[in-house]
Amino acid sequence: MNRQLLRKSEELFYRVLMIISTVIIIIALLAIIISILVKGLPSLSWSMITQIPKGGYYFGKEGGILNAIIGSLYLSGGATLLALAVSLPLALYMNVHKLKQKNVVNIIRFFLDLLWGVPSIVYGAFGFTLMVLLGLRTSLLAGILTVTLFIIPIMVRSMDEVLKTVPKGLLESAFSLGSTRSETAFRVMLRQCIPGIITAILLAFGRAIGDAAAVLFTAGYTDYIPTSLSQPTATLPLSVFFQLSSPIPEVQNRAYASAVVLTVIVLIISIASRGFSMKYQKNKIK
Amino acid sequence: MINGTKINIENLNLFIGNNHILKNINVEIPEKQLTVILGPSGCGKTTLLKSLNRLTDLYPEIKIQGKIFNGDEDILHPKTEITELRKKMGLLAQTPYPLPMNIYDNITYGLRISGRRKKRFLNKRVEYYLRQVSLWDEVKDRLKDPASALSIGQQQRLCLARGLSVDPDILLADEPTSALDPISSREVEELFVKLKQRYTIVMVTHILRQAKRVADYVIFMYLGEIIEHGPAEQIFEHPKNALTKSYIQGTYS
Repeated sequence: MNRQLLRKSEELFYRVLMIISTVIIIIALLAIIISILVKGLPSLSWSMITQIPKGGYYFGKEGGILNAIIGSLYLSGGATLLALAVSLPLALYMNVHKLKQKNVVNIIRFFLDLLWGVPSIVYGAFGFTLMVLLGLRTSLLAGILTVTLFIIPIMVRSMDEVLKTVPKGLLESAFSLGSTRSETAFRVMLRQCIPGIITAILLAFGRAIGDAAAVLFTAGYTDYIPTSLSQPTATLPLSVFFQLSSPIPEVQNRAYASAVVLTVIVLIISIASRGFSMKYQKNKIK
Repeated sequence: MINGTKINIENLNLFIGNNHILKNINVEIPEKQLTVILGPSGCGKTTLLKSLNRLTDLYPEIKIQGKIFNGDEDILHPKTEITELRKKMGLLAQTPYPLPMNIYDNITYGLRISGRRKKRFLNKRVEYYLRQVSLWDEVKDRLKDPASALSIGQQQRLCLARGLSVDPDILLADEPTSALDPISSREVEELFVKLKQRYTIVMVTHILRQAKRVADYVIFMYLGEIIEHGPAEQIFEHPKNALTKSYIQGTYS
């Protein structure tokens, strides 16, 4: 009897705990979104997302943040593609080619986890040192390279976690048909894991587009849209930062409008990639 | 050496970590017959089967010693071209694992990685192999559907067709009916009886009645050792070893 009661109250305790956690997360999320919408939407206008800053924009005059929108898309798009070119082969290599050398793979995992934990400002500082060494100036290219380094660990480890879940039986099937390791990796593992891999790419893209510290010293800031890799570029997080540090209330509100734009971009890409991965989900073997 | 030996296993020892899983295995598997590896669960049957096409390579904790010959090719030799060797051995696993693609591509996968790409040729092969496993009539109108949408019995027959598609001369089957319902089991079993005219088949099972129905040659294993092996009638009618006898008479528990 007593034991029954104990088990029931335990059940109740954990259920309440879970509900509280869920509610906290949802409230925090809604609070962030509502606050940027409330402060940002009134200042958001068509001209803001279609024009570059004009003279005196940062004092409340005409113009927009098109320079930062395009700059951010160039920068995080470029960095995501570059990181993908490194991460996907590495993640597949760890899970297919190095099956037999668990120790090596675990060492790689350990270092990637360490790199994941390094703050982005450190990548920014490292990128800056590298630029000085190579004689580069603040530019789109330097920004892309720094952000690429910063998101590679995130991308590789997320893909790695997905690839780890592939059933051993599926691998055995593929190998039994005479597949080489690369054929197994690219024709079977990749297909099985497409939805998870897209999520990993998206996660990395989200970190890339949202980070200010890594691009602060490396990509610079400018009121113009870059036309080559060697020119500096503006980015949305820095645009939010500069506008928010203004003493003028109108400009501060524009910072929130810029944050809305940043959020909407991430949202659009998230929804689009979800649709794309649904297409492959149906072939997945459980 | 028995007449028409296909696979010859010599002094095979296999360890998983510090556990001695297969102990001094010496046996010959006859050509174009159905050999059943029989024994209680956990006696190393599956491990023995997987060492035949070196799937044991995938597990870092496995250490293997000894020799396995397919004809005069040394399977375990590190220089052996393993992908070619595996193509000669179709595998049917305990639970079916179709590839994550549609039904049609599941059959053509093996052909495509061998460089066969002509659409007409592939279409013909798909029909041929699906008919071989009597699946064609059930799926001919939905070849582009994902293989995962098939029932588990259909998936198992699809996997068999996929295994046949690379034109092997050996079929390895690891308790191929254990995940299936009785009707699908019967279908798969009958397929094996049909196929043993043309292929050397090695089937692992712990189901005694199934072994009696299909086997030409029997290897009885217990705790990682081969207790007895020989033609099916001899093992089932006149077992020499007391352990074999008790297993076959069903008094083993």
